[in-house]
Amino acid sequence: MTSSVAPPTREISYRDAICEAMAEEMRNDESVILLGEDVGRSGGIFKCSEGLWEEFGSERVLDTPITEEGYVGLSVGAAMTGMRPIAELMFGDFALLTMDQLVNQAAKIRYMTGGQCKVSLTVRLSMGAGRSSAAQHSQSLHALFAHIPGLKVVIPSCPSDAKGLLKSAIRDDNPVLVFENKMMYNDVGPVPETEFVVPLGQADIKRTGQDITLVATSSMVKLSLQAAESLAEEGVEAEVVDVRSLYPLDADTLVESVKKTGYAVIIDEGAARYGVTGELASLIQERAFDWLDGPVLRIAGADVPIPFSPALELPTIPDVERIIAAVHSLRG
Amino acid sequence: MAKTPKRKAQQSKPARTPPRGRDKPAPKSSRKARSRRPLLPAPDTVWFMYRKMVEIRKFEEHVWDVYTRGLMPGLAHLYIGEEGVAVGACAVLRDDDYITSTHRGHGHCVAKGAHLDGMMAEIMGKESGYCRGKGGSMHIADMSVGNLGANGIVGGSFGIATGAALSAKLRRSDQVAVCFFGDGAANQGLLMEAANMAVIWDLPVIYLCENNQYGEHTPFEAVTGVKEIVDRAKGFGMDGERVDGSDALAVHEVVTRAVNKARKGDGPTFIEAMTYRFRGHHVGDAATYRTKEELAWWMDNKDPIQLLGQEMAKAGIATEDQLLEIQQQVEKEVVAAVESAREAPYPAPDQAFEDLYS
Repeated sequence: MTSSVAPPTREISYRDAICEAMAEEMRNDESVILLGEDVGRSGGIFKCSEGLWEEFGSERVLDTPITEEGYVGLSVGAAMTGMRPIAELMFGDFALLTMDQLVNQAAKIRYMTGGQCKVSLTVRLSMGAGRSSAAQHSQSLHALFAHIPGLKVVIPSCPSDAKGLLKSAIRDDNPVLVFENKMMYNDVGPVPETEFVVPLGQADIKRTGQDITLVATSSMVKLSLQAAESLAEEGVEAEVVDVRSLYPLDADTLVESVKKTGYAVIIDEGAARYGVTGELASLIQERAFDWLDGPVLRIAGADVPIPFSPALELPTIPDVERIIAAVHSLRG
Repeated sequence: MAKTPKRKAQQSKPARTPPRGRDKPAPKSSRKARSRRPLLPAPDTVWFMYRKMVEIRKFEEHVWDVYTRGLMPGLAHLYIGEEGVAVGACAVLRDDDYITSTHRGHGHCVAKGAHLDGMMAEIMGKESGYCRGKGGSMHIADMSVGNLGANGIVGGSFGIATGAALSAKLRRSDQVAVCFFGDGAANQGLLMEAANMAVIWDLPVIYLCENNQYGEHTPFEAVTGVKEIVDRAKGFGMDGERVDGSDALAVHEVVTRAVNKARKGDGPTFIEAMTYRFRGHHVGDAATYRTKEELAWWMDNKDPIQLLGQEMAKAGIATEDQLLEIQQQVEKEVVAAVESAREAPYPAPDQAFEDLYS
């Protein structure tokens, strides 16, 4: 519903939407800079920053050494002193090298100093399996960071949200991690022609329905929409709620949808254990227990490192069939 | 009681570690300045340095007292004995220049302009403290004078200081950043990463290693692959200098050189200041891992306050009486800070939920 932003739109890719967001914010605000490996001359390993180095120069688009903790650390210091750095981590797995800077420093400095500073930092990082990149280039680690007070985490599922959420993240005065799904960089979708933002902390109902709620994140939204089309042919109208923002979390939209439908399936690509699906399932049972007509089901990434061979990798990621099967199991 | 720890310490000392202090040549600047005394800054600056060192010393002595009387929670890592480094360096800096500090940070904060009242209140967990009671001893910051904060993670601030320097460069602000860290942090990997970027981008940052010769309880030689930490500067592609950290004037001279260079856009400098903490790692650490002899030698020969006082008397800047008067004045100020902090209210419990996001 909230995604029905004002027309006119044009069709662009998730990748280009990200690039546009950065370019616009860099034009709007001189304090916005981009740091990362290969983000400059080569336009990024996923080509998300093509043209930025040419337009803004090597002072504002910094090709860093391959030292993630280092340049995220520099970004924290720059953010505390008046800049709005965007640090690109290429593969989200590399965020694990930056844990001290993100978790002990960025997330805590404002609080520890009694509100003396702002850490206006954006970290862009990719997530998602499906490219045969194996266990160290395929993880979906958003739950780790959503667990940390002081951080904000968003997880866009389409080009329009990718642009609008990234712009909000850059303008936000707090550390925000933006998880981009690397399997969606080529996805094309409608994006408003004029400037817009998607506020942090607003879920989005991507499809309305009254029979069951599918709560999904990132590329799982796409799968849920496919499942919903298939279910519609059977006469089951699923509502697809895109969480979009893990923190701040728009719990109300999730809960209201479940109160309406009486059923919920939660789909997230991160590992099942202690993850996003468990958190949201718990929230729904706490706030919508009396409206539920069945257990809240979870579909998540398998609890194994992501394997290399496609024959092994694909079974570890949720798919449309599992979503449909879960709905069938609830509704008989 | 005095004998037992001494014997223990001597027995447990590794054979390769020479007795410290007396047998060790006095550390000197690694540049040409070996045989001459540092140039004396303007008298106002020298007085400022003396006063700040006394403030730090007295403040820390009272923290010890407050701690042992059970008036403060948590941990306290005292800077007594190392005053020459923080003060020698900060006396070079402008208010808008940045510093990052360490878990042993009270000295840096005072030297960069923090008020004793706010510091003591913070240490006691009071609402009127610098961080409204949320940071405590290891996290005092005063952004209004460029103090980006003490840091509880050893080596945690290399990125912050270097990022502040990047910010200063991009804003063309002419500010510099001084990153204080210890010999322990010098072994953290982030130093290599941050220093490398400082060099490739000519960032106005000074890495000031306070080598107090013990990382917590372990002698630095036992865990460090170079005899002089400053030797690592060359590997970073950075200029390095070694200085006697007990000699505030020598620190001032070396840091002046580094700051001038940084302000001109000529990039970072690495400084190793040799120093010694006169107390344990934290209040309550009896420091049995070092000998009483070693400690006595440093206290007798390398007390930065005594050394500067002697220098001032020799140069005719101050009389003994004037120096004593400063000490008495500061003592009163610190006592007043303790009293006001004791009387100050604790934060209301719901303040725990403030200041997380802006």
